[in-house]
Amino acid sequence: MRQRKRSHAAHLSEAGRPGRLTSLTTAADARADTFPKLLARNARLRPKRTAFRHKDLGIWQSWTWGEVHQIVRAYARGLQTLGLKRGGKIAIIGYNRPYLYWTICAAQWLGAIPIPVYADSVADEMAYVLAHAEVTHAAVQDQEQVDKILSVSDQLPQLQHVLYDEQKGLRDYDHSRLHSIESIVEEGRARLADAQEAAAIDLALQEGRGSDLAIILYTSGTTGRPKGVMLTSDAVIAAAEIGCDFDKLDETDEIIAYLPIAWVGDHIFSYAQAILSGLCVNCPESPETIAEDRREIGATYVFAPPRVFESMLTLTMVRIEDAGALKRRMFHFFINHANKVGEKILNKEPGVGAWDRLLWSIGNVLVYAPLRNRFGMTRVKVGYTAGEAIGPEIFRFYRSIGVNLKQLYGQTEASVYITMQPNGEIRADTVGRPAPQVEIRIADNGEVLYRSPGVFVGYYKDDEKTAETKTPDGFVHSGDAGFFDQNGHLKIIDRAKDVGKMRDGALFPPKYVENKLKFYPNIKEAVCFGDGRDHVAAFINIDLVAVSNWAERNGVTYASYQELAGHPLVYDMIEKHVDEVNRSLSSEPRMGGAQIRRFLILHKELDADDGELTRTQKVRRGFIAERYAPLINALYDGSSEADISTEVTFEDGRKGVISARVKIRDMKPYPTTEPGSVLEAAE
Amino acid sequence: MRAPDHPVMSKGDVLLAVENVSLGFGGVRALTDVSFDIRKSEIRAIIGPNGAGKTSMLNCINGFYYPTEGRITFKGVKRPKMRPYVAARGGIARTFQNVALFKSMSTLDNIMAGRSIKMHSNFFWQLFRHGPAMKEEVEHRRFVEEIIDFLEIQHIRKTPVGRLPYGLQKRVELGRALAMEPELLLLDEPMAGMNLEEKEDMSRFILEVNQQYGTTIALIEHDMGVVMDLSDRVVVLEYGRKIADGTPAEVKNDQRVIDAYLGVAH
Repeated sequence: MRQRKRSHAAHLSEAGRPGRLTSLTTAADARADTFPKLLARNARLRPKRTAFRHKDLGIWQSWTWGEVHQIVRAYARGLQTLGLKRGGKIAIIGYNRPYLYWTICAAQWLGAIPIPVYADSVADEMAYVLAHAEVTHAAVQDQEQVDKILSVSDQLPQLQHVLYDEQKGLRDYDHSRLHSIESIVEEGRARLADAQEAAAIDLALQEGRGSDLAIILYTSGTTGRPKGVMLTSDAVIAAAEIGCDFDKLDETDEIIAYLPIAWVGDHIFSYAQAILSGLCVNCPESPETIAEDRREIGATYVFAPPRVFESMLTLTMVRIEDAGALKRRMFHFFINHANKVGEKILNKEPGVGAWDRLLWSIGNVLVYAPLRNRFGMTRVKVGYTAGEAIGPEIFRFYRSIGVNLKQLYGQTEASVYITMQPNGEIRADTVGRPAPQVEIRIADNGEVLYRSPGVFVGYYKDDEKTAETKTPDGFVHSGDAGFFDQNGHLKIIDRAKDVGKMRDGALFPPKYVENKLKFYPNIKEAVCFGDGRDHVAAFINIDLVAVSNWAERNGVTYASYQELAGHPLVYDMIEKHVDEVNRSLSSEPRMGGAQIRRFLILHKELDADDGELTRTQKVRRGFIAERYAPLINALYDGSSEADISTEVTFEDGRKGVISARVKIRDMKPYPTTEPGSVLEAAE
Repeated sequence: MRAPDHPVMSKGDVLLAVENVSLGFGGVRALTDVSFDIRKSEIRAIIGPNGAGKTSMLNCINGFYYPTEGRITFKGVKRPKMRPYVAARGGIARTFQNVALFKSMSTLDNIMAGRSIKMHSNFFWQLFRHGPAMKEEVEHRRFVEEIIDFLEIQHIRKTPVGRLPYGLQKRVELGRALAMEPELLLLDEPMAGMNLEEKEDMSRFILEVNQQYGTTIALIEHDMGVVMDLSDRVVVLEYGRKIADGTPAEVKNDQRVIDAYLGVAH
């Protein structure tokens, strides 16, 4: 493998030069409206700057923009010899490898459309996407992916050639339609030695237009078959520009490319923005070495879904508990201090005393800086989390130790950017203001609609779905329900289809209300009802650990979970929590109607063994509604208590019956501040 | 790395021949009159019930034991009585039934240790890690990194092997054997105690070593599925005697083998 890289370098110094000059002069004339043109621009502006790194054989191998440009140019010519044409489709399957990113660029050079596919999808899923997209070529990482493609090749009559990055294990395969990417680049390079050939490939580059399709990204499709989102070069470049301008990214920035290349986030961050701003893309050695690689590189621009931040934090907490007493106490002392003032210091808010600042600086030396180093975040300029809601404590933790972590809200159909959090306006519970050039409006059912320069053309070969999703005036249905708070920040509450309507037409977002309740440590689980009803009512599960702790401190005696759950003082405490939730709901636009009017505390814990939760601890609303029908009836018929008996499954598999008389409490709703008015997004 | 006085061998030539080998420890006969051969670039399995003498056979081959009777020829030369490290220099590497690694050393250092027999710079330079020793170390490190890449153990490069799960330790041990660039690789139960996925990985590595580097492999394994899938030829031992020898299909249908494994009514 090392050999391969050396040979590139050698070729560059000999054959590469004359070709580069011609291509650069022509590229300079036109506006760079495609990624290959931008790559040529980078080769001219910053030929010696490192563009890509890949850790291989324990060493970070690197390529400059000049080298990458030459490779992609030769690669494009090589792909041409394999019959890839303007409008042709090439699938890209594998982890984040430089050659796979360059395949995207080489395909775009020819006006062909790259189609990245999730590397971990099973052969059948892959076959669906490849067949649907009618790919004629595929560039894959290794034997594993080659095997997958070969196993479904009977479903892919259009597929002509498969290219691979890693030779390992493929030596004895039939190579009539299988090629190493390296050999194709070499082939292209040899042909480009001819001046006519070189002129032809540069002409192909100039024929590319910004309005051409740049890429088709298949959405992972949690519901139904994946859909191919078609994005033009103009859209992807415009979207990438939004982010680059917003966070002032430039060629000195570094990013780690480790998220699936088929995912829009990686395509924008590790490909589009890298080429647009000239920042350096670092490809880790293997999926297992990311933590170590991240630390070695010290990226300045970081992107991770919440679970990555979560697992890093959990791992740290576990390790700290194993550390010596002194270290442990120091850690907890300074982390507590950071919790108090860290975020304010990061936000440059006034009102932090000199002593607190000093203490934070000491903590920075002793704890925060070493932690940031561990996480590979020493040099982070800005970090993003998106994809799903991040726990507020986790979010605050990173900010309090000085990592500028932000949230954004995006979708494949928007080329990512819909809303972003500007510096100084960062909150754990909102996703920020509309990104520059993005217009947002909220539909009557609470659904978020947006329009931006990054918006997609349509779903590939699915006009019906496209028409459903895009309005005639260019707005896109996000499928998410949300609203703007008083500060003009968007809050996403739930999937739009899960948001119910009450009888008076008010919105009822069950998950949103439940999450507010679950925010209290005393409440473990909550299930809200209200769709098609007059008012909202809730089942509440107390958290045994937290509440028994509270009981001990308050001299409440009890013999069982059931007794504790039914205790009047516990009811009083939970009532306070519900009241606070109601107050907060009443202050939010369009949420006032979802205030909880009646609640009860369940006599048993909801349990996956009883089918009430999924194995991933999500509430199975429908099942619970059926099982506890008498309780729901009681919640809505005004009675003050109800009898229930339910079958339970014990840990050893035996079954038993629990009966109880459950009390119901009434709540007084708060007046709603502004009845039903829709807050439009301020640009 | 082949010694110049040996003839160059091509695929299918007999690399190692075991002729009428017997091995006794006092009154115990571990092996009785066993003969078979291992051909260049093949995967040769040695199977048999517990106590059949498989590991003793491997120990004879790599010079740990010296046969009481009979002879073993490697590349046409009779094996003299020798110490195992001499066998190692001669191109025979092995892994052990119970992992035998340096527990507190990292994966990288363990594999580098396997490379030490290839290092030639003198003690003085090695002491200062300078001059020819440095140059040599860089070359060897590169080779070792290729093995790490090959076995997909980059993520544990710097982890002390004592902290690794068993399956990974087995992989590191294979890496250390590969670092010696052996002509003949002896694997003593490479998949013992592994789960299905680890077995699949290990099988893949064994096949790749064989195909990519042309390394001849002799392995002892109890998982019959693995043996039948991987090996070109199988020799079966029972109570120290050879009872069958042939392709997996032949061996599988041999009545004596079936009896040995399933037992027979007397």
